[in-house]
Order: sequence, then structure tokens, then C-alpha cells
Amino acid sequence: MAETLLALDDVAVHFKVGSALAGGVHLLKAVDGVTLDVKPGECLGLVGESGCGKSTLALAIMALVPPTRGRIALDGRDLAERKRLETARTVQMVFQDPYASLNPRQTVRRTLADPLRIHGIRDKAEVEARVADMLARVGLRPEHADRYPHEFSGGQRQRIGIARALILQPKLVICDEPVSALDVSIRAQIINLLLELKDQLGLAYIMISHDLGVVEHVSDRVAVMYLGRIVEQGGWREIFEDPRHPYTRALIAAIPDPFLRAAVTARAKARGEVASALNPPPGCHFHPRCPIKVERCATEVPALDAVAAGHRAACHFRERTN
Amino acid sequence: MTTDSLLKVDGLRIALAADSTTYNAVEEVSFEIGRGEAFGLVGESGCGKSITALAVMGLLKRPLSLGGGKIVLDGEEIQSASPAKMRDLRGRRIGMIFQEPMTALNPLSPVGRQIAEMFVLHQDASWSEAMDRAEEALRQVRVPSPARRIKDYPHQLSGGMRQRVMIAIALACSPELLIADEPTTALDVTVQAEIIDLMAELCAAKGTAILMISHDLGLVANMCKRVAVMYAGRIVEAQPAEEIFATPQHPYTQGLVNSLPRLGERSRRGQQRLREIAGVVPSIQAYPPGCRFNPRCLRASDICLDTAPAITPLQGDSLVRCHHHG
Amino acid sequence: MTLKGGTSLWIGGILVALALFVAVAAPVIALTDPVMAANLMNAEIPPGLEFPFGTDVQGRDIYSRICYGARISLTVGIVSQTCNSLIGVTLGLTAGYWGGLWDDLVSGLTNLMLAIPSLIFALAIMAILGPGLVSLLIALGLTSWSYSCRLARAQVLSLKSQGYIQAARILGYGDLRIMFTQVLPNILGPLIVIATLGMGGAILAEAALSFLGLGIRPPFPSWGSMLSEARDQINTAPWLSVFPGLTIFLTVLGLNLLGDGLRDILDPQATTRRA
Repeated sequence: MAETLLALDDVAVHFKVGSALAGGVHLLKAVDGVTLDVKPGECLGLVGESGCGKSTLALAIMALVPPTRGRIALDGRDLAERKRLETARTVQMVFQDPYASLNPRQTVRRTLADPLRIHGIRDKAEVEARVADMLARVGLRPEHADRYPHEFSGGQRQRIGIARALILQPKLVICDEPVSALDVSIRAQIINLLLELKDQLGLAYIMISHDLGVVEHVSDRVAVMYLGRIVEQGGWREIFEDPRHPYTRALIAAIPDPFLRAAVTARAKARGEVASALNPPPGCHFHPRCPIKVERCATEVPALDAVAAGHRAACHFRERTN
Repeated sequence: MTTDSLLKVDGLRIALAADSTTYNAVEEVSFEIGRGEAFGLVGESGCGKSITALAVMGLLKRPLSLGGGKIVLDGEEIQSASPAKMRDLRGRRIGMIFQEPMTALNPLSPVGRQIAEMFVLHQDASWSEAMDRAEEALRQVRVPSPARRIKDYPHQLSGGMRQRVMIAIALACSPELLIADEPTTALDVTVQAEIIDLMAELCAAKGTAILMISHDLGLVANMCKRVAVMYAGRIVEAQPAEEIFATPQHPYTQGLVNSLPRLGERSRRGQQRLREIAGVVPSIQAYPPGCRFNPRCLRASDICLDTAPAITPLQGDSLVRCHHHG
Repeated sequence: MTLKGGTSLWIGGILVALALFVAVAAPVIALTDPVMAANLMNAEIPPGLEFPFGTDVQGRDIYSRICYGARISLTVGIVSQTCNSLIGVTLGLTAGYWGGLWDDLVSGLTNLMLAIPSLIFALAIMAILGPGLVSLLIALGLTSWSYSCRLARAQVLSLKSQGYIQAARILGYGDLRIMFTQVLPNILGPLIVIATLGMGGAILAEAALSFLGLGIRPPFPSWGSMLSEARDQINTAPWLSVFPGLTIFLTVLGLNLLGDGLRDILDPQATTRRA
């Protein structure tokens, strides 16, 4: 068994958009050179705003979209060489929208049992047992198995989604904004559930979220993305207490904080709008919005170099602290 | 009760006609907003905060209707004002911005024209004068290259830009009150911060009061002077912003404050299990009897099950609706 | 037009059930043999006690011919529409799901089919195959699949981005399994509506073709050929046209109302609540 569960090496995903007739064909560099790894049992938080490429990266890890460049290795083997069913037993996903992520015409039982059958588990008793076990683990009752999705609340639907993701006993689960679409008062229930399951089943997570509070709470390590590139990565403590990239600081500064507990001040706020991934700014992608930019930033792409052990930032001023 | 009160809502009740019966979607809602003051209304989806705002604007449509209560704007009762009078008030004295600027803006009209319309309709300006003022309005909301932007259509602008246009439209005639319903929920986090700052700054400059509606307690507490929390159609707590976060009095507010992971908590207290609020938000058709929060409340006792708690005034302007507050 | 509540469904359902009953029970409820019981002595008798709908030029009982005619018309309607739906749904489903070159091909073909008037197309096929029931079924079964194809494709495209389709792919479901177990059950509603409307259309098409002399050949009774034979007597013996015409009208109306009613039931049955 490999020590690293997931290894991404300079992965890029480019899309061609537009047509030759209408405004020309452009290259959308959704993911533009990402190197990351996830160890078994660890939770990697992936933070970024719209257009940063985190969703595309998730699709690439799930083998739903082929990388244009680079290598993705799951459990030691290249993703492209693995069979579809095998990958399905290793990495799964929890979706953002609990109202669209369940088939409205299937009972919960079928939603959970079908994947088992597809993967060769035909013994009825075993299927029943595993379905019942998973329902209990996510906090649902046995009688829920024969109901349809529309009979459940948003939080319960998300639990079913989690059960479905775990029914094949994967090692890595990508959680794509798992609580953003839920009522505020039930988010804690789902976050606690995800953490419990992680411990019980020894899972590794990639937690994609724009909610920094959630990311700080659940992650062991954090990677911050902007326009297809990782701009900073490190342990959760380092990222949130000693952020070295102006974008990370801008994200933290943007959170309304009645008690001013955050490690950065309002001066770190970013200006302007998130640039388009179709036409990213030259040099450092973030420079037009950066409060500390200089001329060099518009021409030279900063490398994702180490600031301290395990902490990297892609900024010319990475040595500067707050 | 202050003499400098701009908007006073007293005992508001909004009825919902469904399943051949009438439900009270919102009841006994009372609050006051002073001139130039920022007031926050916090609650989850379905708690009635948005329809309260619609009631103030006179925009309730079937199956919702005003069931009772008073809405007083600058000393004048407007809850039963004629549609013509309300149309006059909207835009001129009360401005409103919504969550989804793409649906609130006319997709077929350039944004400059939509701003200019405000001046033409409410201030009898000529179109050319109105377009000039529209350009100035865009500059005030910090849209870059306003002269070019006034000709853009909504779909050509980003989400943050569209929201700035909405702010420009809402504040065009310098209204006395701005109602903002989840104005930043659909925006990226860094853009959210800018928009909130912009709103606060412009309203301070124009002396416009703000009624800020959101599900984000932190955002509202940061921006507003006083905050009221709504749950299942009722106001359950109202306090000054600094205090509501530090010392919430109602179990629901306490639950909200304690259940959400906040930056800096893990460094201080380690990765503790978040304190959940059990259960789900009740639907209008199934409001529990007595205190509506009782199925989810850790302090619920017998009295909570059959008697709806009355408002208990606390020191200062604060109030709470709970049998076991504190 | 849609009538309030389930009225469409009830009226449509009753009319269609009636037509089906008549078709099935024809040997029992008809009064005479529709083909053989021709007696020139009884030609062109107006509706009365002995012959409820009157008799035609050859002295055959119109009521009985209508009863047996139901078999032909409904067979044409059901069989040809089933064929159309099968072709259309398969093509549309796969085109929408897989996209790419296959989608371009199918869409091009669909557009082509929609550009050709279906009746002319059916006529052309009939001209090659010759008249008769089987040729009719083939012709009508191959000409109107484009509607269900287009609908199925549009539905698939809108559904593709739904989380549960992606989830199925991630769980290891194969493409065909996803298309037929995940997508198809969720797009059935509108497709069933199209199918019922299509049946009405097929019956009308059969009537038109038989009217033109290309469908069912005499002496076999079909509602359309009955109309055709009654052409010359429209002033002298109006009952020859009225009863077959009325029957066609009521059956197609019933199918349309049934389709409308079904759409109301099969559409968003589970209303999604906002989070």
C-alpha cells in the first residue's frame, strides 16, 4: 500500500471554448499546474472562490475529466490505467446540492443497494446488512430505507448522499461544499457526522469549501487555489494563523468578524472582482487585486516555494509576515 | 421609543392562504429603525424575514397578505396605503436590493438606462440629465470605466458588478431607507466584503437607514447597530450587535452562535465537536404549539409546550422571547 | 385547452377507454358483419331503429363498420406510435447523453425529418410498399419519431448536470445503465404525453391516407376509408360522413385530453423545497 493515497503532479485541465465562427476558440485553463498529495486518513481543505478550478480538479480526481497535462496517481497507480469500477471503490464524492443529488424515483434502499450489486455483491443478505449498517452510521432509521427523497429534509438528504458515497467503502471522499446548501442550524450536525465517519472508517477527505470556518475546523492541511493555481498550502494552523499569500490574507480579512479574532486586518482585503479564467492576468494571477503588488508581480510568475517546513506560498513576498 | 424613528413596525402579522386554511406565516413582529441606523434581521430560510421586508414595501402577493399590525414610515401609517402611494414610496423613499441581481435587473435594458429610470420616474429629470446622473451613480458604487459601463447589459457584467448596479439603482434617489435582502449571499467571499463596505459607506454618506436581512449572524452583527433574530415567523431576540454575539439570550441564537465553526476557535479550544442544534426548521403548516422552538430546545419544559412565550424586555433596547432565557 | 383539475384526465380516459372497448368487443356489439353483410336493397338508409347509424352505398351497416373500424384505427395508432417512440427515445437519449459526433448526426437527421411534411413522407413510403395495413404501420411508424427524439434529447441535456447522474458515473455505473435506469425514468412524463398525442396524430394520418385511397383498401372498414367513400354523398346522405367523422373526432380528442391529464400527474410530483 502506498504511503500517499492521492498524488497530483503538475496536473492541468484545459478546455477549448467558443467556436471558430463566433469570436474564436479560447483556451480555458481551469486547472493550471497543481501538485498536491493526500495521505490516508488525512483531511485536505481546498479553498477558493468561483473560477479557481476546485470543482474541475475534483472531476479530474474522480476520472470524469481527463487531465491535459500531468499525472494523477491513486493508491500508487496512475488514474488513467485504473479500471472504472476499481476507482469507484477507492474515491467517492459528496455533492453540494442535496435536492439534486438523489434520483427522485428511487427509494433510499435502491440508491444504496444498486452500487453494491454493480460491484459484484449479489448475496441478498449481505447487501441488506451493509445498507442497514450504513443507514445507522449516518443517523437514519431502518424504516427510512423504503422512502423516496422528496420525503426527507435537506439535512437528511445530505445524510443519504453521504451514505451513498461510503457504501463502497472508499478510502478517499471528496466533499464538495457539503453544507453550503443546508440551513445554518443543521450544518453542525453534518460537519460532526463527517468528522465522526472519518475517524470510524479511517477515511481521507478533500473538503472543498468557501467557508473558511468550516475548513479550519475540519482540515489537517489546507491548499488555497486562485484561477487554476495553488497559491498557498500548509498545515491548518499555519495557513490561518500565519498566512503568507496576500490572497489567503484577503480571504481571511473578508470574513465579517464581530470580535476581530482573525489573524489579519482589514488592510489585507482584496480589491475588485475575481478575474476571468479565460483571460487571466499575466505574471501572478492575483496581482491586479493585490494590496502589496509591485511591477515585478505583473511579469514574473512566483513559484510555490517553501516558507517553512510543509508550508509553501506562491508570492514574491512570501517571507513577509502580517 | 425614540422620536428619531424612521420605520416602526408594530405587531405585524402576515397570513398565508394554503390548503383551504389560513396560516400565520409571521406574527407579532415589532421593531424600530432610527434615521440613518443600520438594523439587522437574521434568520434561516422560511423564518419570514424576507416576507416581512416585502410587507414593508407593500409587495405582498397572494397567497400572502397583511393580516394585521402597523407599519409607520416617518410618522405616517402605510400598511393600508393605496398601490399608487406605495409605488411613489418605493424607489423614492424606500430602496430595495435582492439576492439575485440577475433576476432583479431587466436583461433587455442597458444598466445605465435602468439607473436613469429612477431619476426620470421619481425626480422628473430629463433622459439626458438622468443618463449623466446614472454615470455618476456608477462611479459612486466604484464600477470601473462608468462611461462605458452604462451601455452594458446585465449579462455582460460579473455578479459583483451587477450587485453594485443594484445598489446604484436603489440609492439613486437617496431614499431614507434601504432594504437589503441577502445582498451578498450569491457572491464570492472577497467580493462580499467589498459590497458590504460599499453599502455601509454610501448609506452613511447619504444618511440612509438600512434594514439588512441575512442568515449570516456574523455579517449582520458586524455591519449593524442592532440585530433581531427571527425563528418560525416570530422575533425571538433583539439586542445591540456587540452583545448579541457575546451574550445571546435565546437558546436558538445561542445555538447558532455556538454551532458554527468560526476562525480562530480551533487554535483556542482545539478541534471540539460542534454543538449541534437538533431537529429541523419547522414548516409554516406545521409550527409546533407553544414556543415554536421547543422541539429543538435543550431547556424546553412543560410551559414551553403549550404557552407561547411573551416578549421579555431586557436592559436597554434588548428583548427576548423565551421562558428560560439567559 | 386544459380543463381544470383532473377533468381532462377523466373525460379523456373515458373516451379512450370507450374506443378500446369498442375495438375489443366489436364482434359482440356489432350488429352485422362489416364486410359481407352488403345488401344493395338496404343502400343509403338514414339512421333508424334497424340501422342506428344508417347504411352506406353498398347497404352495409355503418354502426357495425365503425365498431370494426375501431380495431384498425386503434391498432394503427398504438403500433405506429410505439414504433415512433422507441426509435425517437433511443436516438434522443443516446444523442443527449453521449453528445459529440453521434449527437450531431442524430440532430441533423431529426431536423431533416422535421423539415419534411410527415404525410408526404408516409405517402412516399406507401407508394413504394403498396397499400394495406402493414405498409401503413411501417410508413406511419417511421415518420414521426423526431418529436419524441427531440424531447428526449432536451430532457437528457437538462438532466445531465444533476448530481445523481454524476454520482452514478462516479459509483461505476456504465453508460447504458445510467441512461436506462437513471435518466429514462425521470423523463418518462413528457414522453408519455407526446406518445398519447402522437396516437391521435397517427389515427388522423391514417384517416387522411385512407381518404386519399392509399391506406386501408375497401371493403375493409377503417374510419378514414369510410369518409373517403362518403365523399360524393355528402349532401344526399350526410350520415355516411358524420358518424365516421364524429368517431375520429371523439377518439382523437380523448387521446389529447388524456395526454394533457397525464402530463399534469406525471410532472413535478415531488416538489423541491428550498434549503
